[in-house]
Amino acid sequence: MSTATHSLPRTIGAHVVLLTYTVIALFPVIIVIMNSFKSRAAIFGAPLAPPTPNTFDLIGYTTVIGQGDFIHYFQNSLVVTVASLFFVLLFGAMAAFALSEYRFRGNSLMGLYLALGIMIPIRLATVAILQLMVMSGLVNTLTALILVYTAQGLPLAVFILSEFMKQVSDDLKNAGRIDGLSEYTIFFRLVLPLVRPSMATVAVFTMIPIWNDLWFPLILAPSEETKTVTLGAQLFLGQFVTNWNAILAALSLAIMPVLILYVIFSRQLIRGITSGAVK
Amino acid sequence: MGSLNIENVKKAFGPVEVLKGINLEVTDGEFVVFVGPSGCGKSTLLRVIAGLEDSTSGRVVIDGADVSATPPAKRGIAMVFQTYALYPHLTVKNNMGLGLKQAGTPAAEIDRRIGIASSMLSLEPYLARRPAELSGGQRQRVAIGRAVVREPKLFLFDEPLSNLDAALRVNTRLEIAQLHRRLKATMIYVTHDQVEAMTLADKIVVLNAGKIEQIGGPMELYNSPANEFVAGFIGSPKMNFVDGARLGETAKTIGVRPEHLTVDAKSGAWMGTVVHAEHLGADTNLYLDCEKAGLITVRIFGVYNAEPGATLYATPDPARTYRFGADGKVLK
Ligand SMILES: Nc1ncnc2c1ncn2[C@@H]1O[C@H](COP(=O)(O)OP(=O)(O)O)[C@@H](O)[C@H]1O
Ligand SMILES: [Mg+2]
Repeated sequence: MSTATHSLPRTIGAHVVLLTYTVIALFPVIIVIMNSFKSRAAIFGAPLAPPTPNTFDLIGYTTVIGQGDFIHYFQNSLVVTVASLFFVLLFGAMAAFALSEYRFRGNSLMGLYLALGIMIPIRLATVAILQLMVMSGLVNTLTALILVYTAQGLPLAVFILSEFMKQVSDDLKNAGRIDGLSEYTIFFRLVLPLVRPSMATVAVFTMIPIWNDLWFPLILAPSEETKTVTLGAQLFLGQFVTNWNAILAALSLAIMPVLILYVIFSRQLIRGITSGAVK
Repeated sequence: MGSLNIENVKKAFGPVEVLKGINLEVTDGEFVVFVGPSGCGKSTLLRVIAGLEDSTSGRVVIDGADVSATPPAKRGIAMVFQTYALYPHLTVKNNMGLGLKQAGTPAAEIDRRIGIASSMLSLEPYLARRPAELSGGQRQRVAIGRAVVREPKLFLFDEPLSNLDAALRVNTRLEIAQLHRRLKATMIYVTHDQVEAMTLADKIVVLNAGKIEQIGGPMELYNSPANEFVAGFIGSPKMNFVDGARLGETAKTIGVRPEHLTVDAKSGAWMGTVVHAEHLGADTNLYLDCEKAGLITVRIFGVYNAEPGATLYATPDPARTYRFGADGKVLK
């Protein structure tokens, strides 16, 4: 700690900045979770106070669980997020490999075309997407959401992954070719494990907007059968009366799955980094 | 069993022509070294032979069969890469066996061959380890072992020693030379280091800017270089080149190797001042700034004491002086 680059005032300064940022970033989340355990009167009476034995109330959670379908909404959200994530990573990595590995006519144009989606928000095309889904009979199906989210996530995935795939040693791939491995084996067995940290990064970037999205579930799949958690939570937002206990409880619960996925991926991230360091 | 013919092979990346018509014949059991400066197309030529890169035109013939359309795995070749290129997720044993497994060789046969190769390269204690648990020298031996077990018609080495430290480089060089003697296989070896080329090769191919400058045995290239490029590339320290006009010669350039110059304190052909002296023990390199010849290097065998600033006379051995024409070719 007492090396030239780590003087004490500097260390303290850095920690103060980082801790302040952490507090600011976590503040709304903590308020939500705290208030989800309080009675309605206490939420409005002292919104910043933590729950005490007097104000502690699980009414929010019992309402949410009691609403029966909520488990089902969770399931929908999870299916949509995991399936979209899977397709984004699979197709994104495959496209990135093709772009970085093979020389063909129009390679850079194709790369540009695939990256264009980063700059153009997919929501601009909502009307066209809705028409498309109506015509293909996919309205009110999870498939519709998975397709849209896959399209939404691919541009960034291709862009980031192709940069990383360019760094994978040519010699390694060529050694595989001389040993008679197919291009698919080279991709899945040699290249993918080496870009795992970047896959984890892409997974986190892709997953969170999908999980939190309200727009497409509302437009493409608002039926009771296909509601996602974010859409389901709207149930408690009335025009005149809002059930804050239930909303806060639903939001607190909605944080959990995405947090778990995040922990899984960041493990991968760290493991990828260390295995690279030892190699 | 392992001959190779390259017929007028050209390779272009877009508008850039990297190989400009290569013709080469390698007979069975030969150790051929491609040598040339960085970026001259050595690796590209090796990759064309391996089938990892398609040539723009020309033919590659291995053992009499045109392999221009054959995938790398079916060409009967094995390749050792500069960066080792071991499979990080497989043990040493599986690294060596993967190619044979892919080709459907029976497990017993694979084990037998791995046994032979690993004892040849003293890799037996490491068979169960992964590449991450090996040192650089061990990794390169595994990469060589992986080539050996395939029993190829043709071994291809792409600068296999350049990632090793100096001491290990000499050891591994020796090991490769012994391997060639034992296996009597045809080997093609790429390097930018002329010392490696001279010590290993039966036949050296000097490449420059995508063209072959000269093909010949090590001594042939040393004693009778075809042109200025080969003369300057082979031999260390580098040959001295002096402008012919300054010496009153008809040739464009006069070349003389540092070891073919003698020095004297009293008299000689070229008077000069000592700029710097390198004492290597077995020999001494003197850098002389000469009135007529410019800055030249003189290599003296044994110890020679000369202070910077002292005046010395250098005299070239007339029998070992090369004369180059305006096109860089040797004048007879
Ligand atoms: N895939 C490629 N695309 C474009 N240019 C390449 C490619 N591979 C090699 N080159 C170019 O070809 C030339 C020869 O490269 P290389 O054969 O690797 O040289 P070296 O003799 O150092 O092994 C270099 O100028 C390099 O930039
Ligand atoms: Mg090279």
